[in-house]
Amino acid sequence: MGDLELDSFRSETRAWLEANCPESQRQPISPEEQYWGGRRGKFPSEDARLWFQRMRERGWIAPEWPAAYGGGGLSALQGRIIKEEMKRIRARAPIYGIGLWMLGPAILEYGTEAQKQQHIPAIINGETRWAQGYSEPGAGSDLASLQCRAEAQGDHFLVNGSKIWTTSADKCDWIFCLVRTDPVAPKHEGISFLLIDMDDPGVTTRPIELISGESEFCQTFFDNVMVPRENLVGGLNKGWAVAKALLVHERKLMAELGTDTPRQMVEPRAAARDYLAFEAGRIADARLRSDLVDYEMLMHAVGLTHARCFEESQAGAWSAAPLVMKYVGTEAEKVKSELLLAIMGSRGLGWEGEGFSQAEIDTLRLWAMSKAMTIAGGTSEIQLNVIAKRVLELPQ
Amino acid sequence: MSGAVLVLNEEERLLRDTAREFLQSHAPVAALRRLRDTRDELGYAPDLWRSMVELGWASITLPEQYGGLDFGFRGLGVVLEECGRTLAASPLFATGVVGASAILLGGSEQQRTTLLPEIARGGLTLALALEETHHHRPHHIATTAEARSDGFTLNGRKTFVLDGHSADRLIVVARSDGDVDSQSGLTLFLVHPMTDGVVRERTIMADSRNAANIRFDNVTVGADSVLGAVNGGHEILAPVLDRGRVAIAAEMMGLALEAFERTVAYLKERRQFDAPIGSFQALQHRAALMQSELELARSVVLAALSAVDQTPQQLPLLASLAKARLNELVKLVTNEAVQMHGGIGVTDELEIGFFLKRARVAMQVFGDTGFHKDRYATLCGY
Repeated sequence: MGDLELDSFRSETRAWLEANCPESQRQPISPEEQYWGGRRGKFPSEDARLWFQRMRERGWIAPEWPAAYGGGGLSALQGRIIKEEMKRIRARAPIYGIGLWMLGPAILEYGTEAQKQQHIPAIINGETRWAQGYSEPGAGSDLASLQCRAEAQGDHFLVNGSKIWTTSADKCDWIFCLVRTDPVAPKHEGISFLLIDMDDPGVTTRPIELISGESEFCQTFFDNVMVPRENLVGGLNKGWAVAKALLVHERKLMAELGTDTPRQMVEPRAAARDYLAFEAGRIADARLRSDLVDYEMLMHAVGLTHARCFEESQAGAWSAAPLVMKYVGTEAEKVKSELLLAIMGSRGLGWEGEGFSQAEIDTLRLWAMSKAMTIAGGTSEIQLNVIAKRVLELPQ
Repeated sequence: MSGAVLVLNEEERLLRDTAREFLQSHAPVAALRRLRDTRDELGYAPDLWRSMVELGWASITLPEQYGGLDFGFRGLGVVLEECGRTLAASPLFATGVVGASAILLGGSEQQRTTLLPEIARGGLTLALALEETHHHRPHHIATTAEARSDGFTLNGRKTFVLDGHSADRLIVVARSDGDVDSQSGLTLFLVHPMTDGVVRERTIMADSRNAANIRFDNVTVGADSVLGAVNGGHEILAPVLDRGRVAIAAEMMGLALEAFERTVAYLKERRQFDAPIGSFQALQHRAALMQSELELARSVVLAALSAVDQTPQQLPLLASLAKARLNELVKLVTNEAVQMHGGIGVTDELEIGFFLKRARVAMQVFGDTGFHKDRYATLCGY
């Protein structure tokens, strides 16, 4: 597609969005206003329903997925133009979910025709909400040592074990899991990728309360669950390749969504104005002033590096920058949270109740949540291992 | 900003490849070692400088009307980064960046048309005589410029004057009005170093490069030696210093990359406990952390270089960001480079020590980390 055609695609896109995106769907979104789909999913408003339906009919829930399964059948460049134009008018995402972000691309790459027909339109139509079943109580950073067992028995697998950190699994319909199908093979080679309907008998889920007080994460148990053989993705004992492809999507997502949180985010510079004494236009506490400028310089550098990653992807240039961003971005979040607590002093210690403002309480909760950021999606230590191996090519 | 800002374009990549090839064959670290060991009086090789001039580097940022290449600061940055990789000693920074910028931004049309083409031809080297204390304090100027009927009399002392002992002309920052720490009342003078009363003393520093202490005892200069307006020195100095900061940050980027790459190569080659030491996680994580810092630095340096030509209103903030972050980067990387090389890392035979020492000098040029953190915070209003 030439520049001229792309230009006209952009102006058509702009005109269509202007005409079809309801005004209420062009505002910053709160967690209650997000639509995640699924059997139990409800549209938070009539406008949200309208916006979702219009985008679905247009094929723009997943613009780059094949039209045969309900996608837009568009090129990556066209997909980017739609994203840019949505961003321009601050249009909300019509639907959220890891089916759309992570599983869909994997099924399109590794799935059978029947799997594509069963699951891709259901993701696009918001009919199924997906959970991810990777980690286990005994398999965290060493994910490949996972023990959740799937025994082949004729036309089905018998699944026994449990998965942990299954995000919002108590609200999900299906779960994609890494399971052990060959207990004697070397650990990476005995793993399969299995799709499991969470309504099946023997599947139970319970939420886990975190130090932040949130319980978004769950543990999901499988007790003699019978899963049809056709739910295997990527072939028997070939699950690790599928998982690796998905992990790339997850880390990219975590680096991008690092600050996308339901709670009210206070910026350290603004907090300094509200909570610190100034002398002659400067923060009087030299240590906090120094810490604040360190943090702001770090974030300035991180922001410029995100911009560089984007420019490089546009120009088709390779660099190591995207591989360091999960580590850098999540560590920076922790620096920020510690800095905010230091700036707020005892006012930053409020857990709940009337004695503190909502922003103060949110700051403390986010501080606790920030500790999970450098653990989930591959710990910082694992990220450094990846950089050492893939960028520096150090011997293993 | 439109178009790619943080990725090199085709022309810049070609320039980088040319610069790398040229410097690695004509100015490797061994050349700096030779200058040091022979106690070379000039402190750089005139042949090398002549070749750099022929490549157009002396005037790489100057407009074509003054004989320049008009390649912008991004082009300059590409060259300086390669200079940082080989620690090439030359007048490029003091003359081609700082001196040329001062004349371009502050000079009268007559000064520009006579001096800038001279720089481009390699016929004129410059040195900025600014610092008076052992920390960068650009407004702390006690050197006085007293007006006479036909000019000025200069009195004072300058230190850490890069290329000060060898430059053909000094750009002297002196106080023509106001108190010692005031940013107003400064005037720049172009002074011939052979003028009566100018006493230059070369200093030998850690990096084996050039700097001098200079004394001005009743030095009389004509009114035509003023660069820019009388009492208007700050307005010229501020953007010149920012350009210098960004340029040296680009050099430090190259220095850090080279020291780091040599270290990573050593981690793969050196064996202890029957394994390459690079297989040990304690070292892998430290190396990976440096890689992350290098990636951030790369974006900062490119943004700062682009700002000089494209968004000068952002330059003060980006220059301080670049200098502060690169100061800390080269400190980290050179310290780790020595430590990870182990015993051989502290020998003079290994070139890593040259990177360590150059880093410490570069860190002090036009502001240490504390200076730039304070400036960044002040610019941000806290």
